Amino acid sequence: MAKYIVRRLLQTIPVLIGVSILVFSLMHLIPGDAAQIMAGEAASEESVEQIREKLGLNKPKPVQYFNYVSNAIQGDLGNSIRSGRPVVDEIKGRFWVTAELAVYATILAVFLGLIAGIISAVRHYTWSDVSIMVVALFGLSMPNFWLGLLLIQWFAVGVDFLPIPDFLMMRPSGWGDSWRQILLPVITLGTSGAAIIARMTRASMLEVIDQDYIRTARAKGLSEKIVIYRHALKNALIPVVTVVGLEFGAFLGGAVITETIFAINGMGRLTIAAITERDFPVVQGTVLVISLLFVFVNMLVDISYRMLNKRIDLS
Amino acid sequence: METNVLEVHNLRTSFYTDDGEVKAVDGVSFTLPKGKTLGIVGESGSGKSITALSILQLLASNGKIIDGEIRFKGENLIGYSDRKMRDIRGNAISMIFQEPMTSLNPVFTIGQQISESLIKHQKLSKRDALLKSVDLLKLVGIPSPEARVRNYPYELSGGMRQRVMIAMALACDPEILIADEPTTALDVTIQAQILQLIKELQHRLGMSVVFITHDLGVVAETCDYVAVMYAGQVVEYSDVFTIFKEPKHPYTIGLLNSLPRHDMEQDKLEPIRGNVPNVRDMPIGCRFSPRCPAATDLCRAELPELSKDDKGNDVRCWIYSDNWDGEMEVNVYGEKRIAQGRGVKAVFSD
Repeated sequence: MAKYIVRRLLQTIPVLIGVSILVFSLMHLIPGDAAQIMAGEAASEESVEQIREKLGLNKPKPVQYFNYVSNAIQGDLGNSIRSGRPVVDEIKGRFWVTAELAVYATILAVFLGLIAGIISAVRHYTWSDVSIMVVALFGLSMPNFWLGLLLIQWFAVGVDFLPIPDFLMMRPSGWGDSWRQILLPVITLGTSGAAIIARMTRASMLEVIDQDYIRTARAKGLSEKIVIYRHALKNALIPVVTVVGLEFGAFLGGAVITETIFAINGMGRLTIAAITERDFPVVQGTVLVISLLFVFVNMLVDISYRMLNKRIDLS
Repeated sequence: METNVLEVHNLRTSFYTDDGEVKAVDGVSFTLPKGKTLGIVGESGSGKSITALSILQLLASNGKIIDGEIRFKGENLIGYSDRKMRDIRGNAISMIFQEPMTSLNPVFTIGQQISESLIKHQKLSKRDALLKSVDLLKLVGIPSPEARVRNYPYELSGGMRQRVMIAMALACDPEILIADEPTTALDVTIQAQILQLIKELQHRLGMSVVFITHDLGVVAETCDYVAVMYAGQVVEYSDVFTIFKEPKHPYTIGLLNSLPRHDMEQDKLEPIRGNVPNVRDMPIGCRFSPRCPAATDLCRAELPELSKDDKGNDVRCWIYSDNWDGEMEVNVYGEKRIAQGRGVKAVFSD
C-alpha cells in the first residue's frame, strides 16, 4: 500500500508539469502584449515597459517559465498588480473560506446523496424511488445561481429565518460565527452534487443488489439491514467514491458563482475580480492552486479506491 | 423409523412481471428422509432452482409462493415471518450456489464471510468465529487454512471458492444442505472432488442434502431419491434405483435414453423430440404431451395428478391410470416394453 502511494505521488509529477505550463502560458495566450493589456489602453510607453520589466516579459520564454516554476516552488507566485501584495497572501486568506465551503458542500452532498440513493435503490420502482429521483433531477438541472437567488428570496428576505448574507465578509479565519450564515451557500453549492451522488448511488446499488453474493448473504440468514449496509453498500460505494472526489474538486473550482451571489470573499470572487481587473498574476495563482488541489483530490480518490476494492491491483 | 426432515407438497411459485404472471414452479412435491440425499433433476428452466430458493424463501422481490406446503421437521415454513426464516437460513437449512466465482463478496475476507453466520446464529465472538472458520476451512480440505482466512475471494480458484462456500454453509451444522448445481461451473476433475467432499461431509455430519442438477450421472453417484422436474412440475419421484431401473414417466425414459451408456453398444442416442414449452404458454393437458410419443387425446386435454403407482412411487402420467386407453411400445435402454392402461405391462427382450 505504501509503495502504491509513493508510486501514485510520483505519477502526479508529469501532471503538475503540465499544469504549470498551462498556467504559465495564460500570460502569453492573451492576444497582443500582456504588459500593454495590464497597463491599460491609456498607459504611457514608459509604464508599459516598466510592467514588462517587472514581470520579466522581456526575457526568453523558457527562462520565464523556469523562473516562474522555481519561484512557485518556493512559494512565490509574484505580486498582485492591483494591490501590490504577494499573490500567495492574497490567496491564503480566501482559500480557507472556499475550502470550508467546498468541504461542507461535499459533506452535505454525500450525506443527502447516499441516503437518497440507498432509499431509492432499496425501494426501487415504488413511489418513494420515483419522487426521490424526480427531486434529484430537479437538483441536477437547477442552475446554482438561480437556486442561490431563490434560497435568499425564501429564507432570508421572505421569512427572515436566515440572515441576508451581505455581511458574509471574509474573516481571516474563515466564516462568521453562525451555521446560519454558511447554510444557504452550502445548500446552493452542494445540491447538484447531492443529486449526482444520489443517482450514482442508486444505479450502483441496483447493480450490486442483483449480484450472487447478496443472495449468499441472505442465505446466511443475515438481516436485510446488514445485507444492504454491509454487503451491498461497500461494493456500491466504489464507483461513488470517484464521483465524490470529482464533485469536491468541482466545488472548489465552481464556488465562483455561489461566492458571487452570497458575497463571500473566497477564491472564486478573488478570481473573478482578478480577471475583470486584469490582475494576471492573481489569476495564475488561483488557477494553479485549484488545479493542484484537483490533482491531489484525484490522487486521494485513487488511493481510497484501492482500499475499498481489493481486486484492483494497481501496484 | 425413517423420518422425513423435509416435505414439500404441491408447491407453486410465481413471478409477477410486466408481461403478467409466470408460473415458474407449478406443482412440486417430494420428501427428503433424514440423512438422505434427494436429487432434483430437470432441464434448465424446469423450476429446479426456483424450488430451492422457495424453500429458503430467497426469491427475487417479484417472486411469490402462492400455494403449497414446505414442512421442515413437520413445521410449515410458509407463513413464517422473515425474522423466523432468518433463523433458519444458514443455520438449520443452508444453501450453496452454482457460481462460486460470483457467490462470495469481493470486498470481505474469506474469514469474515464464514464468521458472519457463526456470529449471527451461534453468538460466537469475532475471535472465536474466526478460529472456527479456520477449522471449517480445514474440514473442507483447504490447505493452510490459517493463512486463507485472511484472503479475499479473488485470491482463490473456482474450486477453492466452492469449498469456501461449502464451509460457509456447514458453519452452523445445518440439518439440510441445498446444493444448487454446485459443480456445473467447475472443471471436471474439480467437480468430482467437490461431489466427493459433499458426500463425505454428509456422512460425517449426518445431514440431509437436496442436490439440484441437470446431470443424471451426478444423480446416480450421489442421490438416494430423485425428483424429476419438467416445466415447473415434478413428473416422477422415487428412489434412485427405481428411476434408473424402472423409469415410468415418458420424460424420464426420454432423459435416460438420451444419455450415452458405457455398458452396451449404442448406434446413436435418442433425443427427446421438440422443445420445452414456454412458461407463458403451457399446454392445457399434460405438459409433456406435445413431446410425448405415447400421448393420447386424454393427455392433451387434461393435466394428470402426481399420484402413487402400485409400488408407492409418484408419477404424473395418465398411462398409470385406469383412464388411459392408448397402447404403445416404449424403448427403455433398448428393451422393448409395452405401455397400456395402468402402466407398462409387458416386458419383452429383443
